[in-house]
Amino acid sequence: MKWRFVVPAVAFVALVAFFAFVLKRAGTGDYNPHAIQSPLLGKPAPQFQLPQVEDMTKTVDTRAFSGRPYLVNVWGTWCVGCRQEHDALIAIARQNAVPIVGIDWNDELQPAQQWLGSLGNPYVATAFDNQGKVAIDWGVYGAPETFLVDAKGIVQYKYAGPLTMEVWQREFIPRIQQAGSP
Amino acid sequence: MRRSVLVILSSFLVAVLAHAIDSAPAFDDPVLQARYQNLTRELRCLVCQNETIADSNVQLAGDLRRELRGLIAAGKSDEEVLKFLTDRYGDFVLYRPPFIARTWVLWGTPIIALLGACAIAFVIIKRRAQLPLDDDSEVGTKAQ
Repeated sequence: MKWRFVVPAVAFVALVAFFAFVLKRAGTGDYNPHAIQSPLLGKPAPQFQLPQVEDMTKTVDTRAFSGRPYLVNVWGTWCVGCRQEHDALIAIARQNAVPIVGIDWNDELQPAQQWLGSLGNPYVATAFDNQGKVAIDWGVYGAPETFLVDAKGIVQYKYAGPLTMEVWQREFIPRIQQAGSP
Repeated sequence: MRRSVLVILSSFLVAVLAHAIDSAPAFDDPVLQARYQNLTRELRCLVCQNETIADSNVQLAGDLRRELRGLIAAGKSDEEVLKFLTDRYGDFVLYRPPFIARTWVLWGTPIIALLGACAIAFVIIKRRAQLPLDDDSEVGTKAQ
């Protein structure tokens, strides 16, 4: 057996196996090499008070949600993935498991209001974050992103990417059950 | 010869047309401005992750530069500014990876690879040097 042929052959097989593994994971839709582990996990959710998209005379205040678990969903009318997940969000909102608070990120008011008006509004309230300051506090680097905050106000989970019913069942439901009591 | 000189000179003109990504007004205080520019080169754009926020023209980079200016204007130190960002985005936002236990693979691999390659080269060269001198086979006799 000539060693100079064995080594490249083994290396080739190892590479093929590695690429097959990566491709398989990429195919599940969950593989995201750009994903950043959120440093907010296990820490108190950043508080904010922002005008409400649905009614700019009102304020969306995170303090109103303390004592029970809630979702925070970051979206924008410019965001294709947000359009993709919108129907899933409507279905999730109908389940009434937890309130969903929206953060309308780096967006314009009119398009945002039209979006909610014509596509349906899954949010109990949507915060108008056109400056992006609150999104930065939450460590948002893309849309859509969805956070689960527990009843104690601690960020328990973050999902980057369009929500699907499958992700909701697999990742959120079990954690919501744990996030229940204050 | 004239034409190539013309081409080279006109390429300088094109370089001058490069637009500034950071269009915010500079700090009055040159020390603050220098700190600001330095920090923008130390922070990663989380969207175009191989660029710094100095170089990236995406919305988030602009927002982060704005936050940076606010923090510096409020008198925060460089450490406080970096902490503000790592609190929100983690260590990954630092463009230069910190040299800590978790990143030893990142820092160590090039050095290890280089040493490994040197060792292999050394062994190969040593082996070749031990071949008999009159093994001339086809070296030097084949036309290249």
